[in-house]
Amino acid sequence: MLMQELLDKNPGKKILLGNEAICRGALESGVQFVSTYPGTPASEIGDIFFDLTKDKNGKGLYFEFSTNEKVAMEAGMGASFSGLKTLIAMKNFGLNVCIDSLLPFVYAGTKGPTVIIVADDPSCHSSAQSEENTRPIAYLAHIPILEPSDPQECKDFVKLGFKISEQFKIPIVIRTTTRVAHQKMPVNLDKMERSDQKIAGRFVKNPRQFITLPPRVLEMKKELLEKIEKIKSFSEKSHLNKIEKSSGSSRMGIITSGISYLYSKEALAEFNISSPVLKLGFFYPLPELKIKKFLKGLKKVLVVEELEPFLEHEVERLAKESNCKLEVIGKMMIPEIGEMRPEFVFSAVAKLFGKKYHQPKNNLQISVPKRLPQLCPGCPYWSVISAVKKAVNPDEVIFGGEIGCYMLFGNPPVSMQDYLFCMGSSMGIGHGIKKATGQKLIAFIGDSSFFHSGIPALINTVFNKSNPLIIILNNETTAMTGHQPHPVSAGSETGIKIENIVRACGVKNAKTLDPAVNQEEMVETIKDFLSKDDVSVIIANHPCKFVEKK
Amino acid sequence: MMVTGTGGQGLITILQVISEAAMAEGYDVKTSELHGLSQRGGSVEVYIRFGKKVYSPLIPQGKADLIMGLEAQEALKGVYFANPKTVFLVNRNIIPIPLKKPLTEDEISNSLKKISKNVFMVPAKEICKEKLGTEVVAGTYLLSWAVIKKIIPLETSSILKALKKVIPPKHLELNIKTFELAKE
Repeated sequence: MLMQELLDKNPGKKILLGNEAICRGALESGVQFVSTYPGTPASEIGDIFFDLTKDKNGKGLYFEFSTNEKVAMEAGMGASFSGLKTLIAMKNFGLNVCIDSLLPFVYAGTKGPTVIIVADDPSCHSSAQSEENTRPIAYLAHIPILEPSDPQECKDFVKLGFKISEQFKIPIVIRTTTRVAHQKMPVNLDKMERSDQKIAGRFVKNPRQFITLPPRVLEMKKELLEKIEKIKSFSEKSHLNKIEKSSGSSRMGIITSGISYLYSKEALAEFNISSPVLKLGFFYPLPELKIKKFLKGLKKVLVVEELEPFLEHEVERLAKESNCKLEVIGKMMIPEIGEMRPEFVFSAVAKLFGKKYHQPKNNLQISVPKRLPQLCPGCPYWSVISAVKKAVNPDEVIFGGEIGCYMLFGNPPVSMQDYLFCMGSSMGIGHGIKKATGQKLIAFIGDSSFFHSGIPALINTVFNKSNPLIIILNNETTAMTGHQPHPVSAGSETGIKIENIVRACGVKNAKTLDPAVNQEEMVETIKDFLSKDDVSVIIANHPCKFVEKK
Repeated sequence: MMVTGTGGQGLITILQVISEAAMAEGYDVKTSELHGLSQRGGSVEVYIRFGKKVYSPLIPQGKADLIMGLEAQEALKGVYFANPKTVFLVNRNIIPIPLKKPLTEDEISNSLKKISKNVFMVPAKEICKEKLGTEVVAGTYLLSWAVIKKIIPLETSSILKALKKVIPPKHLELNIKTFELAKE
């Protein structure tokens, strides 16, 4: 999608990706401040605003790639507290990093309306670490969550999210999933409310709102719960939660939301069934009266829900109050692991409505070889791999992995990864292993991850005295998610040098070198550093070949 | 329809061209694609659906009308979505997988033929390399082939217009030449 297309002032339809529609929705709402840390399936949101703010198109709008999601959230909080219309975007794991800031943010509430985009990735198409379902953050933080099904709704829900945030002075989460964020369809464009005036927010001191100390903080919790009750009434009346009536007198019903709604509609059309459908745009707070009304008179209800059965449990609870004989069917027919697929819904709907569905099965006589992703040909990490393999016997060393292109070190033929968890964890876990064992250990961490959440773990190895070898892979970009800039990326004017940070953390054995140019020195340094009694760090500098091209 | 291949083969461009052409002809359109890890030379599959009314961006199992494989082994990934009427349009191009013995074209086409009689193994890579000097447009060649043979029910004029809209100017001429080549 070309930027001028996304900024088109003429009304009409354009084919947009879910994430593009989110950006368009924010622009139509007149967003003034956007912060993010890249993570798929949310990465395009940052890419679009980054491109947009490079030239005059970006007037009246501030954008940043923050060093991590928590900092992005806090930057957005500061902007909101100063009255700006604010968008914060991240993938699910990013929200984990933010929770510490998010909870008191919801207590304090907003000044400038604020929408937080969180993208889940059922089936882990672009995610390691866990198949996270962000929904229960609503229970933890008391934050409203909206769930669009398609790009048109992505745009509409962002606009409505800003309106709800403005009305109730609370941040709003819009939760997408991969099949929504990376879905395309023709989307109706509306007028953009953008102003190209210079941003002029103002922070007005207000300790009652911005200081979350007890005893005030408990009052704030009470105010928040009251706010949620009001938003619940709003949710009851909202067209986002809609009952689609059936033409007949079906006593079976379907409750669904997000991408599952589209598969449910597809299933009903496939079997030519007319059944009432309750489509929920709000996950929290739920329109409980509307749900109870929907359940009344039904014999069975199918909850079509991706991943864990949060909605199903809510429906069971509400059914007890409005229709205690109702049979609630959900996870007994629909898998809890992996993304929803249309055929899962076909099968469940067919069973429920007594239709025949022969699940087609094609048996292949030959097995299809798996094509695992690989480091690109010419990737500078290949020279790190070869140096490590020359310096040590891989069977005698533990290799700590991390999130980034280098997590592909785990795939054959490299096979140099013995644990892999979240960003910033290779050093933290490596320190624990070093304390627990006498085994040799090399922890890999990328440049962007080092800034994201590596530094505290590095300081901990110095503070609590362990001796892993840490190799910081500096390719001067956040490569995996699409080459977004970071504090020391190519063209950066920060003047920050990773080695200076490492030394300032108290690391004595530190060396910066280019493993592609100085392969021998890299090999010798690995051997030397692995024999040290305290922590050592090699900063392996060589730009990603896609950065070199730019 | 579904397009399978490997990262960097231009699957998303094909998706854009078809969806723009379908929208221009007044169809409802939904597509699904994956980003991120798949760009690193892994398997990629995208789904394109158009018609009077489309709900799901994913093709239900066994419901694909057309499966286009830009790499022959990857075409087998489409089998889950195939039925006896599905058309398989496969680029005769095998990209080896490290440490694994590649399947042969015969193995692939024989397996596909057990599922559907409509299997077309097209030497798109070879033709493009010979006539245009590059295989990067093999996807455009297959797409054009499918439109010209009416496997994809869209007008050639809509596809040409969509190419002009989607392809960056510096690659446009090459893609239009590819389209013309597929007519031969």
